[in-house]
Amino acid sequence: MIDVKNLSKSFGDHLVLDDIDQHIYPGEKVVIIGPSGSGKSTFLRCLNLLETPSKGVITFDGAEITDPKADINRIRRQMGMVFQHFNLFPNMTIRKNITLAPVQTGLMKQAEADETAMALLQRVGLEEKANAYPSQLSGGQKQRIAIVRALAMKPKVMLFDEPTSALDPEMVGEVLDVMKQLAQEGMTMVVVTHEMGFAREVGDRVLFMADGKIVEENTPAEIFTNPQEERTQIFLSKVL
Amino acid sequence: MDWAQLYAELTAQLQANVDLPFYQDFFVGFYRAFIDGARWKLYLSGVVTTLEVTILALLMGCILGVVVAVIRTAHDQQRPGRHNPVLAILSAICKVYTTVIRGTPMIVQMLIMGTVIFASSRNFTVIGTIALGINSGAYVAEIIRGGLMSLDPGQAEAGRSLGLNYFQTMRFIVIPQAFKAILPALGNEFITLFKDTALITVIGGKELLYAAQAVGAKTYSVMFPYIGVAVIYLVLVVIFTWLQGKLERRLRQSDRR
Repeated sequence: MIDVKNLSKSFGDHLVLDDIDQHIYPGEKVVIIGPSGSGKSTFLRCLNLLETPSKGVITFDGAEITDPKADINRIRRQMGMVFQHFNLFPNMTIRKNITLAPVQTGLMKQAEADETAMALLQRVGLEEKANAYPSQLSGGQKQRIAIVRALAMKPKVMLFDEPTSALDPEMVGEVLDVMKQLAQEGMTMVVVTHEMGFAREVGDRVLFMADGKIVEENTPAEIFTNPQEERTQIFLSKVL
Repeated sequence: MDWAQLYAELTAQLQANVDLPFYQDFFVGFYRAFIDGARWKLYLSGVVTTLEVTILALLMGCILGVVVAVIRTAHDQQRPGRHNPVLAILSAICKVYTTVIRGTPMIVQMLIMGTVIFASSRNFTVIGTIALGINSGAYVAEIIRGGLMSLDPGQAEAGRSLGLNYFQTMRFIVIPQAFKAILPALGNEFITLFKDTALITVIGGKELLYAAQAVGAKTYSVMFPYIGVAVIYLVLVVIFTWLQGKLERRLRQSDRR
């Protein structure tokens, strides 16, 4: 579904991603772990071109998105993204946050978008917040809304950039529950996270990144119980 | 006793070199500067012109400012490797504009506009308004640019990642939030502009200060006209500042929803 070839990214002289090859299959849940500064977030952000790769080719559903002539807005409509800091629009109600993109991109009429929004809100148990503003919500609620907002575009793949890192510990669970539910429904997911429990439970494949490279990849069972590389062993011994 | 009659009597005494007590002196000066010959009408029309000039110049400044700010931010925020040459040229022009306008005194710009560029025109108030608008545009552009830059880049990223294009993201997400952030600075710009309208007088525009000068020239006494217009400017600025404070408080309340 997403094919990455020879992907490199540098900020000035600093090489953040070093020649990465990767393929993400439909329905797969890929979890990316690794120490901070290893390039996990940059890798994820390259997948929907929030960062422009310095080198390499990324193909999504057969279309090359790194082609300068590619219609990046069309491609992004099919890739939902959830951010560490939620990035809800504070100047709009929750309903408007969710319906803005589907209506403006011509995917739905306002009435249909409103219905979709309510259905999605019900799913995460926040339907009574439809007319609230983001500043009235807790962190966990904000992140659940952010997930719903991305889902309203009916994406083919969801990208999660450390979705629980900015949350108070007691709110992590409610967000992970929504993500697990999404995984069970068969959504293709790429998740950058420090939640090893989530990686073990939900991931089909775990990528361990360090210094801009994918050092090791394997099933969660293998990587957590039997890591092959020394870097992976050191990292896991610190976080587990 | 009739004021006009009193004024006539006291003036006659002054002409006869009688030494008047200070309050009668004050009365004569005040009456001569503001009431005699219905001169208050001159100040009133001066205030109206000043307000008109301020609003027109601010409108012009805002339009110019938005255009310049959007061009410059659009240029600065392009994806690397995707440089639009037209945008680069426009952005360079905008940069020259803001540098020249912000780097030269307002009064010099006013004189150049009135006596060099539009030397053949007699419509001084209009020329002065244009000069003020062009000047204000450069400052408003920087205010808006600051507002656009101050917004968390995550907001625009969230918009773009949902598939909205650059202009939709600006229109629905960035600009409404930036507007709220720059409103206090825009209010200050309005007040500065209001006071700067007095500079139109140097090229012969007929606003409030011009009225004071005209009265001073006619009555051979400038103290009352000048102090009088100073008070008028001050009162109006105090009113604007009060309104601005009210508006800001209201906006802040909506933040705490």
